[in-house]
Amino acid sequence: MSKITREQVEYVAGLAQLELDDAAKARLQQEMGEILSYMDKLNELDTSNVEPMMHAMEMTNVFREDCAGESLAREAALRDAPQQDGEYFIVPKILDTEGGA
Amino acid sequence: MAAWHEKTAHEISSAVRGKQVSAVEVATSFLDRIAAVDGNVDAYTQVWPEYALAQAQAVDAKIARGEDPGILSGAPIGIKEVICTEQGYTTCSSKILEGYQSPYDATIIKKLAAAGAVFLGKLNMDEFAMGSSTENSAIKTTKNPWNLKCVPGGSSGGSAAAVSADMCTISLGSDTGGSIRQPACLCGCVGVKPTYGRVSRFGLVAFASSLDQIGPFSKDVEDAALALNVLCGKDPMDATSADLPVPDFTQALTGDIKGLRLGMPKQCFTEALGAEMREKVMAAIEVLKKQGAEVVEVSLPALDYALAVYYIICTAEASANLARFDGVRYGFRHPEAKDVREMYVKTKSAAFGPEVQRRIMLGTYVLSSGYYDAYYLKAQKVRRLIKEDFDRAFTQCDAIVTPTSPTPAFEFGSKTADPLEMYLSDIYTIATNLATLPGLSLPCGLCASGLPAGVQFMTKPFDESTLLRVAHCYEKNSGITLGKPPIA
Amino acid sequence: MEYEAVIGMEVHVEINTHSKIFCACSTAFNAPANTNVCPICLGMPGVLPVLNREMVNKSVAAGLALNCTISRWSKMDRKNYFYPDMAKNYQISQYDLPLCYKGRLDIEVDGQVKSIGITRAHMEEDTARNTHTLGGGISGVDFNRSGVPLLEIVTEPDLRSAQDAYAYLTTLKQILQYLDVSDCNMEEGSLRAEANISVHPKGSKEFGTKTEVKNVASFSGVAKAIEFEIARQIEVLESGGKISQETRGWDANRGITFSQRSKESAHDYRYFPEPDLMPIVVDEAWEQRIRKSLPELPLAKKRRFKEQYGLSDYDATVLTSTRAMADYLEAAVQAGADAKKAANWIMGDLQALLTDAKQEIQECKVPPAGLAEMIQLIESGTISGKIGKDVLVEMFASGKGPKAIVEEKGLVQITDEGALVAIVRKVLADNPQQVEQFKAGKDRVIGFLVGQVMKASRGKANPEKVNEILRKELSA
Ligand SMILES: [Mg+2]
Ligand SMILES: [Zn+2]
Repeated sequence: MSKITREQVEYVAGLAQLELDDAAKARLQQEMGEILSYMDKLNELDTSNVEPMMHAMEMTNVFREDCAGESLAREAALRDAPQQDGEYFIVPKILDTEGGA
Repeated sequence: MAAWHEKTAHEISSAVRGKQVSAVEVATSFLDRIAAVDGNVDAYTQVWPEYALAQAQAVDAKIARGEDPGILSGAPIGIKEVICTEQGYTTCSSKILEGYQSPYDATIIKKLAAAGAVFLGKLNMDEFAMGSSTENSAIKTTKNPWNLKCVPGGSSGGSAAAVSADMCTISLGSDTGGSIRQPACLCGCVGVKPTYGRVSRFGLVAFASSLDQIGPFSKDVEDAALALNVLCGKDPMDATSADLPVPDFTQALTGDIKGLRLGMPKQCFTEALGAEMREKVMAAIEVLKKQGAEVVEVSLPALDYALAVYYIICTAEASANLARFDGVRYGFRHPEAKDVREMYVKTKSAAFGPEVQRRIMLGTYVLSSGYYDAYYLKAQKVRRLIKEDFDRAFTQCDAIVTPTSPTPAFEFGSKTADPLEMYLSDIYTIATNLATLPGLSLPCGLCASGLPAGVQFMTKPFDESTLLRVAHCYEKNSGITLGKPPIA
Repeated sequence: MEYEAVIGMEVHVEINTHSKIFCACSTAFNAPANTNVCPICLGMPGVLPVLNREMVNKSVAAGLALNCTISRWSKMDRKNYFYPDMAKNYQISQYDLPLCYKGRLDIEVDGQVKSIGITRAHMEEDTARNTHTLGGGISGVDFNRSGVPLLEIVTEPDLRSAQDAYAYLTTLKQILQYLDVSDCNMEEGSLRAEANISVHPKGSKEFGTKTEVKNVASFSGVAKAIEFEIARQIEVLESGGKISQETRGWDANRGITFSQRSKESAHDYRYFPEPDLMPIVVDEAWEQRIRKSLPELPLAKKRRFKEQYGLSDYDATVLTSTRAMADYLEAAVQAGADAKKAANWIMGDLQALLTDAKQEIQECKVPPAGLAEMIQLIESGTISGKIGKDVLVEMFASGKGPKAIVEEKGLVQITDEGALVAIVRKVLADNPQQVEQFKAGKDRVIGFLVGQVMKASRGKANPEKVNEILRKELSA
């Protein structure tokens, strides 16, 4: 029995915006299963009283001052875009109205 | 006299500054060397002859005007594909960034240029720095100069091979779990991963943000010190860069290690370590003992869990870091995308290689709803245990010594079938990244197969001086010279 | 059956820093597309964010004004999802440790004070703007807004009606403007409000299924949308239907909400701590520094205005509705004006002029000291109150001082007894019929005669004096 089901592989691929054919799904199910089983090793350790190490450095309050500086020229900003019209980055029509923030 | 391309950066810089040779002459020697041997090694993904010569001319012009171009005057340097440069392309050896031109230079590129360095071009790597053999490059396969049938290590395989084959004096790599030290070991050169926060990451395309660090490859420890003098220091563009004074690292190269306590973690010298590697590392320890080092056994009990912790944290961070490669603002976009979702899916699926996709999948999984606590949070907790192990060990010793890699360079294809086995190549190097420590690998002889072996040192955070002092002392007293790799 | 509505609000407020939250690009509104952008806010490879200190200062100020607890230790997190307006395909936001939490905002509805719980206020970055008007099956993305600093303010489900929501939004806006942390301009998108609405039978302890109403362009729109949504949900329940959890838009023209997107499955945002940014520690000293710098807030100012200046509750409310208006009144008083008189002028004639000119009080050409001077000219009898109105119009148009206008136009009130007697006698001579009528006991006609004197003096005669002299002359 693998650590991870085919449905889970498909769900994760959906989150990651990857498309997998049947062979890739089968391969990933097996590989991820093995790696995740290896990771289960961590359960040998009692970490109930351990603070997670959320940041690599102990520093706090690293800020920049609120000064508006120079921006990129628009041509430079758009230069490497696969599709642009001189003003906008162009993408296929967005139908969904899901907003960010 | 040796050709200029066989010399070190400190030799070249003092010769250029002393007007014994022009920077253009030096650059030409290296460009000729690349033309002669890189057809066999395939370290470079791009070579910039015109740009290199123009930079060399600028160095020469400064010297003619009586100005000092800096401590790396005329030293030819190669850059890993993962570091952003306005010159040429920054592809991370991935199809998804084919032809991508960065609109800005990484902070360290500006610093090196200001120190008089001459950039020769960019060096091959595992796609997005994910790998231990450079076999995951979408551009080409870099060979180990010591045996063209073997891998150069990875992910900075091109950077290691280029230094080892005299195609640059110093090269830049990035090290997330050993990506500088392991290829340095496999190719027989010096590789340093500085303390996390020591070198600005601004302009380093992120793989795992809390582990990545830029560092140099060089032919000797003095060049490593020279490079660190330029690379280290606070960068206001990187909130994780430390605001600490940077000493002159060359001052640490005293040769004197009397009374230095050298820690041997018992967990690193088990049966898992091959006999030949063990013998080489033990011999290196003997050399240091003779120089007055006191060897103490230390214990790092959480070390056994480092690999599991590493592959949870690095894949989780990578899954977010690589999300931006979506075909909207730069890079590849699949031509057949009818809607936005198809644009993402087809672009990513077509342009990310299998190892990158595997890691994105793993990282997405360990962060996903219901699994965060079991994997990601657990890994962060064990990461702290690992760091605390090292903190404890450094109360008993000043530096820790381990092998760099369990084995010397292996043949192409020998580990690609089993990702977990490939991940084990980094067994001795990843804990350094998890604990944010500085680490250094340097050659400690050739194996019977003719392939280099390496020894690794690490010290407390921000104590690169001790790291360099130990390594330099070993280098001076080991009596070992690898000689030149047997390439044309 | 009787129903009760439960409403919670989520408001995104743009914090008015000069530069973006993680880079030095300008936050200016309405720049040409993709000109306020740099590698950082475009999410280019290799870039790193650095947090804007002023964003933290202003967010803490807002949190304190909303009676929040300020986290001693908080952090930024990554919120992962794919969308073309997301430069990195993750948003840097705050997840489990917001900068401000557990606050409260008092609002007034129909004279009743209600306390609305503030769950949290956290810092995050804005996204880019998509445009769908380019035609040809494509959309355009403009990253100027990408990385503009936002404070997301979330309430407890403490609101019960559209009026509550309206009062909440106006009170919130008023406070944030007082603090000068946001322009709160809905048209420019610097304030965006979403409402979570559910209804349940009155008395029932359990809340109903909620819908989320988004993309409403004005406060009154939000109130109308909530009103509609409450009625719609009740109707659905009454007819035996079920409310489905979904996001609904607001069609302002038709006055209805409509289904935009059903919540297929809960989002899996895979939050994790942002490794590129260090934690934020707001210690006691920092918090106190900001607390001390907070301006007097609307409610306190209103109380003080009533007490100190003797203003009515209504007047005090109007005059503290914006900090600019309150500051204007206080500056006029400082310059010597009687507070009540200044208040009347500000709320009356000046406000009318401002409304006509579509101006804010801080933009107008009449300085508070000018208004005070004008009021003093009336008090001292130099001009009449009626002339004062004309003088203010001229001050508003030209920016000239009241004295200069009065002199230039010869508007000084005639109070000289001799001069007035001469005018009065002439008027009486010209209107014998009315004089007759007055003498026959028709007292009302005095008003006509005063008018004639005022007319003859071109408004400059002191009306009280005119009245007095007229009576004296008529009874002579
Ligand atoms: Mg939000
Ligand atoms: Zn920017």
